[in-house]
Amino acid sequence: MSREAAKARAPRRREESGRFHPLTELVRVRILEFVREPEIIFWVFVFPIGMALALGFAFRDKPPEPVSVGITGQARTEVVRQALARSPLLKGRLFASVEEGRVALRTGKIALLIENGAPLVYWYDPTRPDSRLARFEVNEAVQQAAGRGDLVAVRDQLVREKGSRYIDFLLPGLLGLNLLSTSVWGIGYAIVNARIKKTLKLMTATPMRRSDYLLAHVFSRFVLLAVEAAVIIGFGALVFQVPVRGSAAGLVLLCLFCGLSFAGLGLLCGSRVRTLEGVNGLINLILVPMWLFSGVFFSPERFPKMLQPAIQALPLTAANEALRAVMLEGKSLAALPSQLAILGVWGVASFAVALKIFRWQ
Amino acid sequence: MESSLAIECRGLVKRYGAVTAVDGLDLSVAPAECFGLLGPNGAGKTTTIEILEGLIRPDAGDVTVLGRRWGTHERELRERLGVSLQESRFPEKLTVFEMLRLFRSFYRDGRDPEEALRDLSLEEKRDARVGKLSGGQRQRLAVACALTGNPSILFLDEPTTGLDPQSRHQLWEHILAFRDRGGTVLLTTHYMEEAERLCDRVAIVDHGRIIALGTPAELIGRLHAPHILEFSSNPPASADLVAKIPGAHDPRQRDGLWSVSVESLVEAIPALLSALAAAGARLDSLSTHRAMLEDVFLALTGRELRDE
Repeated sequence: MSREAAKARAPRRREESGRFHPLTELVRVRILEFVREPEIIFWVFVFPIGMALALGFAFRDKPPEPVSVGITGQARTEVVRQALARSPLLKGRLFASVEEGRVALRTGKIALLIENGAPLVYWYDPTRPDSRLARFEVNEAVQQAAGRGDLVAVRDQLVREKGSRYIDFLLPGLLGLNLLSTSVWGIGYAIVNARIKKTLKLMTATPMRRSDYLLAHVFSRFVLLAVEAAVIIGFGALVFQVPVRGSAAGLVLLCLFCGLSFAGLGLLCGSRVRTLEGVNGLINLILVPMWLFSGVFFSPERFPKMLQPAIQALPLTAANEALRAVMLEGKSLAALPSQLAILGVWGVASFAVALKIFRWQ
Repeated sequence: MESSLAIECRGLVKRYGAVTAVDGLDLSVAPAECFGLLGPNGAGKTTTIEILEGLIRPDAGDVTVLGRRWGTHERELRERLGVSLQESRFPEKLTVFEMLRLFRSFYRDGRDPEEALRDLSLEEKRDARVGKLSGGQRQRLAVACALTGNPSILFLDEPTTGLDPQSRHQLWEHILAFRDRGGTVLLTTHYMEEAERLCDRVAIVDHGRIIALGTPAELIGRLHAPHILEFSSNPPASADLVAKIPGAHDPRQRDGLWSVSVESLVEAIPALLSALAAAGARLDSLSTHRAMLEDVFLALTGRELRDE
């Protein structure tokens, strides 16, 4: 090819290269690379499903575990033991001395220690919820055994409705977590790896548009994310009958929106780091707090009030709340403006910063 | 305006902290020329070639490629250059054909990936994963990728480092074929044999400067003596004895082996033998070769190329 011919190159050549558009090719190789990596398949599919199975069965519908209570002292021991035996929530254990019982209490083997005497003494730590529960259960049982009756008639109505069990809470959280971690790992790791292997540098020596490269990471995520979300939601519906009460289209859109936001974080993680150790550390630094605070396994409202603004601003918190609202409460996306805004701001800001600070060599 | 030169640079300087990697380097490469930057590791070859490729910005100096500058015509230039970097590794999970297809998609104009496979004799490896290729096949793939855009200039940074002789020769054939089709090649190497075999002209680079420039034959011709005589003896010969060899230049000794440049073997060898006999020494080994670029580097710097 002579220089003149190259100079005469005109847009008419476009059609010839049309079958290899750089963005589609980049997306294609990203997906190929991904599916050829067996360990990634494990993290994307096996891990969340295994987690949902384990936790789903651990917290499935079964009678609550009885609370262990220690008894010590001689007087009225029989009365107390009979009282405890009547309550299915309590399990009594005898101790020879108060000291022995307090050791068991301190090490968490029992929730409360009853020292027989007059009056009856309850040893317990009021900051332990199970101890407080045991205090009321024990007292109730003892007082009833001693003849106290109910003044107001009551009836227990137990709630075992689908959509309000732990697995119903957990599954959207696992979905959000998985979308986040596969995006951040998938993109951040792949970019740093390409930087180390100098494929990134080699590509910048071609006419490839740099934005195409970054967009390819985002778009290839979309494709994989659709599969990932379908597998997790489908698994929840089949095995645990976790409901999807909102519209399917809304849920798909929401998953894509989460993916877009998290892909920005992935690009940001990969934008400057030059070693795999470095990107490992950085990703864990970002993910671990969100595992904890963003309401994957339990509601973030359990954390102190002063932390709430920060927790609510985390992208995974917003994603999990939105996913739960759509799946469990049947809300539409229009009802979730603040969550979508948080996700959008994270996505756009991290994408913009990543582009700005990206190290191509 | 298109300059008549393929590549031209003046007064290139690049510093990394206190280290000056390139120190005022001038270079011009003609179209359809295969030009070699030759020098030991750390001489500044890679920095120089990457500045010319527009991947590194020089601290000072002026670069023109195909009559254009990186600052103003980057995209246009990228369409017309093919680059193979030192030690770049392709994604191992992709196949040879997938890589070629990907690289082809980056260029507006270029050759069909199937054709590129044939050109670099990679047809049999079409669907093999990059991770399963041998070193020679990987280098051929790197060159094939660099050629997918039908470049006017091919930049190769140490294209055959670490390859066995057979793979190296095979790659040379492909590089020469590109040049014979009218392409310009700029390559770096620390193999003298490669420079002599491939390059129309060679610049010897040391400490970020060009210390000699010319065709391989010209550079060798600049040595005082065209023959290299190497010998060892028991007991080893003294420096005085070696100095008596007629027409001897640059005598060097290493691990008991003497190496001397001489003007005429016919005069030097009998003189050496009789001097050794007179000193009561027995000759252990004797060999001669025509001076090579290696000897040029040694004569210019006093250091051996492979040392570093």
